[in-house]
Amino acid sequence: MKPLAATNDFVVKFANVNGSGSASANELFARSVLRMGVAVATRNIFPSNIQGLPTWYEVRISGEGWLGRRGGVDLVVPLNPQTWDRDIAEVEPGGYMLYDSTKPLTGQKLRSDITVLGVPFTELSNSMAGTIPRERQLLKNIVYVGALAALLGLDLKVIDALIEKQFKGKTKLVTLNGTALRLGYDYVEKNLKGACGLKVTHSDKVGERIFIAGNDAAGLGAVYGGATVCAWYPITPSTSLAEAFSAHCKRFRVDPATGENKFAIVQAEDEIAAIGMVLGAGWNGTRSFTATSGPGISLMQEFFGFAYYAEIPAVIFDIQRGGPSTGMPTRTQQSDILLAAYASHGDTKHILLFPEDPRESFEFAAQSFDLAERLQTPIFVMMDLDIGMNDWLCEPLSWDDSRTYDRGKLITAEELEAGKAFARYLDVDGDAIPYRTLPGTHPTKGAYFTRGSSHNAYAVYSESGKDYTDVMQRLLRKLETAKSLVPAPVMRAAKEKSRHGVIYFGSTSAAMDEAFASLAAQGVHLDGLRVRAFPFADALSDFVHGHDQVFVIEQNRDAQLLKLIVNECGLDPARFISILHYDGTPITARFIHGAIAERLSVTRKEAAE
Amino acid sequence: MTYIAKPKLHHPGLPKNALGFTHRDYEGRISTLCAGCGHDSISAALIQACFELDLEPHRVAKISGIGCSSKTPDYFLGQSHGFNSAHGRMPSVLTGANLANRDLIYLGVSGDGDSASIGLGQFAHCIRRGVNMVYICENNGVYGLTKGQFSATADKGSKSKAGGTNADSPIDLVSLALVLGCTYVARSFSGDKHQLVPLIKGAISHQGSAVLDVISPCVQFNNHAGSTKSFDYVREHNEAMNRIDVIPARSEITVDFEPGTTEVVRQHDGSYLKLAKLHADYDPTNRAAAMAFLQEKSAKGEVVTGLLYVDPEPEDLHAHLKTVGAPLNRLGEKELCPGSAALAQVNAGYR
Repeated sequence: MKPLAATNDFVVKFANVNGSGSASANELFARSVLRMGVAVATRNIFPSNIQGLPTWYEVRISGEGWLGRRGGVDLVVPLNPQTWDRDIAEVEPGGYMLYDSTKPLTGQKLRSDITVLGVPFTELSNSMAGTIPRERQLLKNIVYVGALAALLGLDLKVIDALIEKQFKGKTKLVTLNGTALRLGYDYVEKNLKGACGLKVTHSDKVGERIFIAGNDAAGLGAVYGGATVCAWYPITPSTSLAEAFSAHCKRFRVDPATGENKFAIVQAEDEIAAIGMVLGAGWNGTRSFTATSGPGISLMQEFFGFAYYAEIPAVIFDIQRGGPSTGMPTRTQQSDILLAAYASHGDTKHILLFPEDPRESFEFAAQSFDLAERLQTPIFVMMDLDIGMNDWLCEPLSWDDSRTYDRGKLITAEELEAGKAFARYLDVDGDAIPYRTLPGTHPTKGAYFTRGSSHNAYAVYSESGKDYTDVMQRLLRKLETAKSLVPAPVMRAAKEKSRHGVIYFGSTSAAMDEAFASLAAQGVHLDGLRVRAFPFADALSDFVHGHDQVFVIEQNRDAQLLKLIVNECGLDPARFISILHYDGTPITARFIHGAIAERLSVTRKEAAE
Repeated sequence: MTYIAKPKLHHPGLPKNALGFTHRDYEGRISTLCAGCGHDSISAALIQACFELDLEPHRVAKISGIGCSSKTPDYFLGQSHGFNSAHGRMPSVLTGANLANRDLIYLGVSGDGDSASIGLGQFAHCIRRGVNMVYICENNGVYGLTKGQFSATADKGSKSKAGGTNADSPIDLVSLALVLGCTYVARSFSGDKHQLVPLIKGAISHQGSAVLDVISPCVQFNNHAGSTKSFDYVREHNEAMNRIDVIPARSEITVDFEPGTTEVVRQHDGSYLKLAKLHADYDPTNRAAAMAFLQEKSAKGEVVTGLLYVDPEPEDLHAHLKTVGAPLNRLGEKELCPGSAALAQVNAGYR
């Protein structure tokens, strides 16, 4: 088997033990490639565990700039005896294995069709004088980064600069890490020079782009969007969103003179209390949100119905993970779509936003607060673990300083004083959105009673069937108004006229972009529509009608988006072909390409027969 | 319940408070509860307390859960915003509302089913956090709206109207509040307005979590022999520790009781609680002693009422969170949005 040779286009996978401090070394490796101007797509594959279980970090190096997961591994760094066999088995024929050769291999499975490269990471790090065992464990990780740098041709100056940035001001750590890096680097230069056909060379494909995780970006978006109250309950994979909001608030929202906070973050006793606090705060006029995942969404159902019916602004970030039940807490899925769209008992419909990456997570986070206050209803920002917890290469975040917050239809004390009429649930403007007042606004005008029980247009308790249906009908019309306010779908026309279309959304986008290109290269041209919100724009129905058949790509078992489209747009299910990926790993271009190509060949065969 | 609307006109000679409001200005819609319901007496006491404290009605936010008690916020303070939330969830909604605007007075109204069963978790946690609020539990030991099931505060051995005996141990919200660090804990009886009104006034003046457990007999389902939440039982077993008088901030205070029988506690907002002691050795500023005393008395079937514990220097959630003095709901883009220049710096950190 000829060893693989590739420049700026291969996949490196690190197999580590959770809690061994490998994460920052792995990230250092990925950032070094980025700093050389080559795009990377990284995926953390981690267990629901703090210490001891296997964890992986996959780095796809793509000179072409593809950001989806590729599938397959070209070079593995197996540092975890527990998973050695499967880690080795995953390597592409002709690939490489870089292992710690401090102890001789005894009994581990090896493959004759891959190149085995041994570097004594442990021995090298143990040789560093004046270090304690815990330091040496961490430095061992830097040794393998150094070895990789030599094998792949990474620029040491770039790595030095990153180490310098990471340990700013801590001279001892900068020196120690620099030494460890060179121990690995020099060993390879001396013993394994030219042994690896995979190379990274300087490029200019990264530009101004940033490398950021979706939860971090969404937390920042909530700061920019003016959120002041965050109530949450810890749950993977959403926790880092609340923590990011906290960190960004500490940076930007603390009064320098007094040290007082222009925000309030409460770690609630459970998800029900978290959403209750969000509603109380939203009712009282702050922009408030919670971040959670599927099990939290299940628990919050009653309050979602309340907020829908009593018309209270709220923002919910759902960082989706594998369900049902506890499911796969540390794996990704898009499987809360129907749960969120129709959340709570009775007839409800909610507004969902589907960001494709961290940049859109930032934008939609900020926009969701405008939408919540304008529409006086919960807004679900439907992220997933893949977007939320992985660093993604994306365009820099931007903000227009002339932008103001849309506080929606809020009646002020001055307007009440001037005699403006107020009826809480009356459709005055014909857009089905009523006016609201905040508690404490005016001594004698504007008070009303908020309730989850049936009420009339004047917020008075009513068991009249007409009063009830009037409100329920208006709520449906309000969703029509929402269509024009939520982010529009993004269309992507094929180079040649196509009878087939593809509908996709969220974290599938990166893999889909690549699949469009690879399919086109084989003469399969497909039009694309990326869904960015529910309720669906009319353009979605038009898109479906404009094609013979439409693929719907999703990361769940039950084709939830497809069902929502069929249900809400009244479309014939026969027009659709469902492509589903739901094993908990991020969907890949290879998978999409294969699935679409297979279905098309079946269709062609059937047509020929 | 009555269905006859109250006349809008009222006697010109009705007494007015310092703001020029009469009692009528603190009333709400007509109650839909049963005639004679203890809860209506509590609503009346709330009206009286707000009137006497010269509160602007619109500066109060009323928040409740689900149940007979939770319906009552519609029946008082008609000029206040109300929020009749989900079952057992009043505390979380109130907490969020309080975070949004620290300048309003938050009145949480709940019942024993709402607080001691489905909402026990939220009851506990809002107290732990020290949310600045008045939390009133209108406690009748029974589910009224669903017609007479025992609630979690029903005493062991007490009889239901249908004849069943409660085998479960009761949850005592007052004891629980003390354990959880509540800084104002009182129990009263809906049939004793003279005790209840000042306790509500004291709770409103208190700048932390104030819990009032008010025994409020259910005339339909829990007012029979064998019940320990009936008018008769509570009247016979009511053991009042003290009578309090609330003296607002800036008023001159004179002590006109005999030394040793009166204690004066200055609250953080400048108001004074003047306690006339009815039980010589009861000290309402000693949490541990209060807890022991309550256990002893309740074992004897006595209903201890009055101001049971007060910490005159409470800390509230806003102090813990170090939030700014201005209500968060009044901050706009200028205070909240870091802007594009800051974002450029943020971007640089992610390269």
